[in-house]
Amino acid sequence: MAMTEQRVSYTLDSSLETIDNAEEKATRIATELGFGDDEVMQISMAVREGAVNAVLHGNAYAPDKKVILAFERTGSELVITIRDQGRGMDLSKIPNPLAPENLLKTSGRGIFLMRSFMDVVEIRPSSTGTELKLIKHVHGPTAGGKEASQ
Amino acid sequence: MTMKVGSRQVDGVTIVDCSGRITLGEGSVILRDTVRDLLSKGNKKIVLNLADVNYIDSSGIGELVSAFTTTKNQGGELKLLNLTKKVNDLLQITKLYTVFDVKDDEAGAVKSFK
Repeated sequence: MAMTEQRVSYTLDSSLETIDNAEEKATRIATELGFGDDEVMQISMAVREGAVNAVLHGNAYAPDKKVILAFERTGSELVITIRDQGRGMDLSKIPNPLAPENLLKTSGRGIFLMRSFMDVVEIRPSSTGTELKLIKHVHGPTAGGKEASQ
Repeated sequence: MTMKVGSRQVDGVTIVDCSGRITLGEGSVILRDTVRDLLSKGNKKIVLNLADVNYIDSSGIGELVSAFTTTKNQGGELKLLNLTKKVNDLLQITKLYTVFDVKDDEAGAVKSFK
């Protein structure tokens, strides 16, 4: 897929399959854009975590609510947007998973992992859903696609 | 790839060989059920061999933490063996590497319980 200045979006159900599906799409698109193996893994994992939040915490598996996933190549960046149709999230209630008192908690690491793996993470909650924007800068000589690396 | 587990006994220690992905859904459930089943049968010295685990997400990390604390709360010990680079990196950035007892050879892991 040539994604120069191109946007592609998907409307997905609020299901576990959507999470795997979103991860697979991220892996494929990041690979096609020429990101290295480690970056592809980071992007796909960030998208997976974003999809988990949208399906579980945003839409709460509601069959009438959708997850909108979009990938856009804008010059030197891959911009990924994940939007749910839930009631929004309270960012002030997200605990720091690295705090000693939270280390042994069994959840609450998704946003931290996204922030670790992506260059920019923006979260915009509202009463009609949460929009998550993940940005990864294109680095290196292969930026722009495998065909450029020959 | 879905997750698969197989367990074996070595000198009173249960080695759980895991392969595939530990992620939200089936992978996490399989790990949870396996550890709970071992504990219910009195197997409280557990080593999770993660050599063939090629992917783990935040839910999978949470499941490892849950397995660790559940085992500890029942008077047992759970250790991790043979982390792949990806899993190792994840445990490093989440600061869990210092929480888990991580081993890189099976014999050493078994001996460490004695």
